[in-house]
Amino acid sequence: MALTRSRDLSLRLDRIACEGHGACAELLPELLSLDEWGFPVVHSAEVPPELAAHARRAVAACPVLALRLDRRPS
Amino acid sequence: MTAESVHESTRPMPAVTTDGSAPGPHGTRLLAGWFTTGRAADLTDHLDRFGPAPLDRVARRGDSSALVRAVEEAGLTGRGGAAFPTARKLQAVADGRGSAVVVANAMESEPASAKDATLLQLAPHLVLDGIALATQAVGAREAHLCVARTRQDQVHELRAALAERERHRLDPVPVQLHELPHHYVSSEESALVAWLNGGDARPTATPPRPFEKGVGKRPTLIDNVETLAQLALIARYGPAWYREAGAPDAPGTTLVTLGGAVRHPGVYEAPMGAELGRLLAYGGGPSERLSAVLVGGFFGSWLPAATALPARFTKQALAELGAGPGAGVLVALPERACGLAETASVLGFLARNGAQQCGPCRFGLPAVAEDFAALAHGRLDADGLHRLERRVGLLAGRGACRHPDGASRFAATALRTFAADVGHHLRFGPCPAVDHPPVLDVPTGPVPGPDEWR
Ligand code: SF4
Ligand code: SF4
Repeated sequence: MALTRSRDLSLRLDRIACEGHGACAELLPELLSLDEWGFPVVHSAEVPPELAAHARRAVAACPVLALRLDRRPS
Repeated sequence: MTAESVHESTRPMPAVTTDGSAPGPHGTRLLAGWFTTGRAADLTDHLDRFGPAPLDRVARRGDSSALVRAVEEAGLTGRGGAAFPTARKLQAVADGRGSAVVVANAMESEPASAKDATLLQLAPHLVLDGIALATQAVGAREAHLCVARTRQDQVHELRAALAERERHRLDPVPVQLHELPHHYVSSEESALVAWLNGGDARPTATPPRPFEKGVGKRPTLIDNVETLAQLALIARYGPAWYREAGAPDAPGTTLVTLGGAVRHPGVYEAPMGAELGRLLAYGGGPSERLSAVLVGGFFGSWLPAATALPARFTKQALAELGAGPGAGVLVALPERACGLAETASVLGFLARNGAQQCGPCRFGLPAVAEDFAALAHGRLDADGLHRLERRVGLLAGRGACRHPDGASRFAATALRTFAADVGHHLRFGPCPAVDHPPVLDVPTGPVPGPDEWR
């Protein structure tokens, strides 16, 4: 239990840094979508283990480093 | 020279010293002095009434947490808008790592509020005592007082008050007065911290929260000036005294700004937990039939008058209705006014006064304001209304600060409270009231330029 907990990840979006490029939502449609102006809507900040790889890719795709993955404190 | 000797040397003791614990007319405490003397309390008036702040009492016991305990027992909550328990904030900052910083927030950027300016004008030394006491309670070595640059009269008065206190060595830590740019979101906690750290007075992404890492990366207590003045009374007269006013679940008094269709609009001190109708009675009551009440100002909620007037002024009771005490603003909307037009004009203001940093503030909020203006003027169809509702729902929780959340709540509660008018506007166009002068006084300035935040 403790082991899986420590791997729980959550998305953190810096709304000020985000420029609405939308690259993140394309790579992680399960958790992110875009509003009419291309800014992300976070449907769930919790990243289930099976989406961790996608989430990492989305984070890497953000050109302004606005999206991050945090380890959720358990 | 001690505070006491100043007190005796500046003026002969009056025959009967007013005990500050005795309430003034209408149960006033913060504003009681004004009723007695009819003027703003200078340092002599203040010391006559209250005596010096009980700083040495705390210092002598070597136990600063006594004040935190007193504030907790008193049940004091923040008067800047969030109504957060003050003792918890004090404790968090006192427990933080390294020496703390105290920031008094007198920015009062809410256009419908005047209570902080009134308090600072009539009883500045209660606020300044509160800063000194808070500084001691959290072990701070720095104290700041933030005011709006546009209010130069206030700045001069406060400079004079601070100089007088300095001459009499009343403050253990000198209070630094700062004049910040006056924008709607510049009063937000993280904006104050950003400005004091040398940046723009714009909200920043949190965490870290200021109580963890604020000014100079140190634990920072940010309190509204009324909260600090209340704290100065609790330090003197104790929690049991404090609870003699108000209700058990909402103790003490609070400053409210009454506006709109009340007989005598203005700032009043009233018991916490009273029904909104009773609060309006402090301003002489409604001057005509009301349709709605705006609770909490531009960062607040519309409630139908029938719901609002019997509701109690407590955080919980108002939360159940989708509202909150905010900074104590109540605006009574008369039946003859158009709630949709009033809302459209406030949304326009909120759209112009975001910090232009986050997507929802740059695009979502202006779009909502435009749709709402179209609705008020009868230019919106059913599809447009659906789009407006969707856009309103997408604002909340999507900015670095809570500005879009406030705008979303303002718009959503308007659509609910004025639902009948919405239907009417969709079908028949605007009501005649749309051409009447508005009840809410909404500032019309343009979007602040990128260089106007420092
Ligand atoms: S990729 Fe980055 S900048 Fe683009 S929308 Fe996502 S978070 Fe914002
Ligand atoms: S949400 Fe709006 S006001 Fe708040 S930080 Fe972002 S742009 Fe500024």
